[in-house]
Amino acid sequence: MSEVTTATPVVVKPQSQRRRVTTLDRMWRSLLKAKFPLVALVILGAIIILAVGAPTFSPYDPNAMDLSVRLLPPAFAEGGNPAYPLGTDGMGRDVLSRLIFGARVSLIVGFTAVFVAGTIGVTLGVIAGFFGGKVDDVIMRLADIQLAFPSILLAISVLAVLNAQRGVEVSNRTMLQNLMPLILTLGVSNWVTYSRMARSVTLSLREKEFVEAARALGDSKLSIMFRNILPNSLAPLIVLGSFNVASTILAEASLSFLGLGVPPAVPTWGGMLAESREMLITGVWWLATIPGLAIMITVISINIIGDWLRDFYDPRLRN
Amino acid sequence: MIKYILRRLAQSLIVMLGVSVLAFGVLFLSGDPTYLYVNERASAEAIEQVRHNMGFDRPVYVQYWDFLTKAVRGDFGMSLKYGQPAMQVVLERLPATIELTMIGMFVAVVFAIPVGVIAAAKRNTLLDGGPMLLAMIGQSMPEFWLGLMLILVVGVQHKILPISGRVPILEPLFAGDFATLVGTFPDALRHLILPGVSSGVWSLSRNARLVRSSMLEVLGMDYVTTARAKGVKEQLVVLKHAFKNALIPIVTIVGMEFGFLLSGDIVIENIFAWPGIGRLVVFAINQKDFNVVQASVIVLALLFVGLNLLVDILYTWLDPRIRYS
Repeated sequence: MSEVTTATPVVVKPQSQRRRVTTLDRMWRSLLKAKFPLVALVILGAIIILAVGAPTFSPYDPNAMDLSVRLLPPAFAEGGNPAYPLGTDGMGRDVLSRLIFGARVSLIVGFTAVFVAGTIGVTLGVIAGFFGGKVDDVIMRLADIQLAFPSILLAISVLAVLNAQRGVEVSNRTMLQNLMPLILTLGVSNWVTYSRMARSVTLSLREKEFVEAARALGDSKLSIMFRNILPNSLAPLIVLGSFNVASTILAEASLSFLGLGVPPAVPTWGGMLAESREMLITGVWWLATIPGLAIMITVISINIIGDWLRDFYDPRLRN
Repeated sequence: MIKYILRRLAQSLIVMLGVSVLAFGVLFLSGDPTYLYVNERASAEAIEQVRHNMGFDRPVYVQYWDFLTKAVRGDFGMSLKYGQPAMQVVLERLPATIELTMIGMFVAVVFAIPVGVIAAAKRNTLLDGGPMLLAMIGQSMPEFWLGLMLILVVGVQHKILPISGRVPILEPLFAGDFATLVGTFPDALRHLILPGVSSGVWSLSRNARLVRSSMLEVLGMDYVTTARAKGVKEQLVVLKHAFKNALIPIVTIVGMEFGFLLSGDIVIENIFAWPGIGRLVVFAINQKDFNVVQASVIVLALLFVGLNLLVDILYTWLDPRIRYS
């Protein structure tokens, strides 16, 4: 795919030299026309930048406790301190800093788990659709089993066992090592939708002329599956993936809330909400409100982008 | 019809067999499950003793067969924390979970249909934009956070509704104790409102959007235009001609709704101290009471598979075109 055009060429060049209007061009134009998706993209971009540069942007160490400033309300509320814009928690930790670091977990888990789910699901789906018969039966039956198992239940039971056996060595692990069980469980438990979609697209493409042609040219099955069929089925899969990132972030928040996600030392939005619970009844509202708003804003941005992508790829809505 | 039901039944059995492998296999994720049951400082002999007592020194396929044959009879061993059979512990919590899920289902379906139909009929007006914006928000927040917010506003600041605990409905109903049921019903309902709303809002939002798009699709069809051209009143076009056909994709979703709700309820139960399976399973995990975890997983999956089977059968009965497919 080529880069985005900025201006139309003044001199009319011969057909062969003229820039082709690529999908990316059309995407960019459609994005500029629609207001909500653009705003959503900007917000999501800002959150990603904050997450990547978390140590630079956060005013304090997210785990630094200072009991002299515990339970400060946000700066805009009564009794707030401008040094702590979003207030502090029960251990005197800065809420804003924890929020910024928490974005890392949500985004990393959201995107990588979808990547894992997509890779497994699409591979199995294309194989099932391409070969059909027994292979198809086995894969789709596996999908049924997976579907019969509420995914959060699978995540809970797997994480329970993994957490139960992880002992002392937790403290000096890297971020990714800490997140790996979560990413893998959420990834593995979500492959079914991708495989079903990839399968149905493959079934419809399998008999098309270009596949026929590739076959006649003697391409291998592997090459037909992943170089001819797969690229032509990417659009609906990308749409599905974008919505799945949103739902995975919600699932991660639930698991972290239950204390099953990552070690307690890693700040997460779900974990912050869990800690806010006991103080809720005493009227400490900001600890329960702020991380939830962060989750909501992130997820709503992704959902709006997903909606827009779906409309963009839907030929019935295209001008 | 009988043949179809039998085939679906066989499929469900295979699915449950798969679920049993998962429930059994989960223990082995960490390598040797013995270490889940022993203290970190246990001596080698003690570990060996536990391994032998739990039967982990036998070949895996023997262990699985043992697990399966016992599971079929509802025997998952004793709960380590409750000192009762694990299955009994789980079954005692089942009515609470069913109640919560049913209320969630009620919220998700009953409110979604009018909202979606009106939004589609009044496309691009405030009656469309407003509810759809709310639905977008509802779909983008964690259910448990909505629960926390409801606790904060409705329960703590205004003290309108109870924020924790449960008054049983199903137990007296099944025991035939109608006097108790009638007496406690209003209170039971009050306890159900906050958890039920938290549980159902995500699905409500998704369903409302789904009803709207499904209605819009149908409203654009030729037969609807024909009806309008014939001079049929707009209200009648929307409610009779369009709505009936728009319902088909919605029925499919409602069939799968139970699973979605069940997943959400695991967290919701923990927030509202609702004594159901979700709360039990999290407690059991923290207490390393894996027999209870396994029993819960199997019971929930059985519920889910059974309901899906029921919906499928109902579906073929409702819509004869898709029978035996």
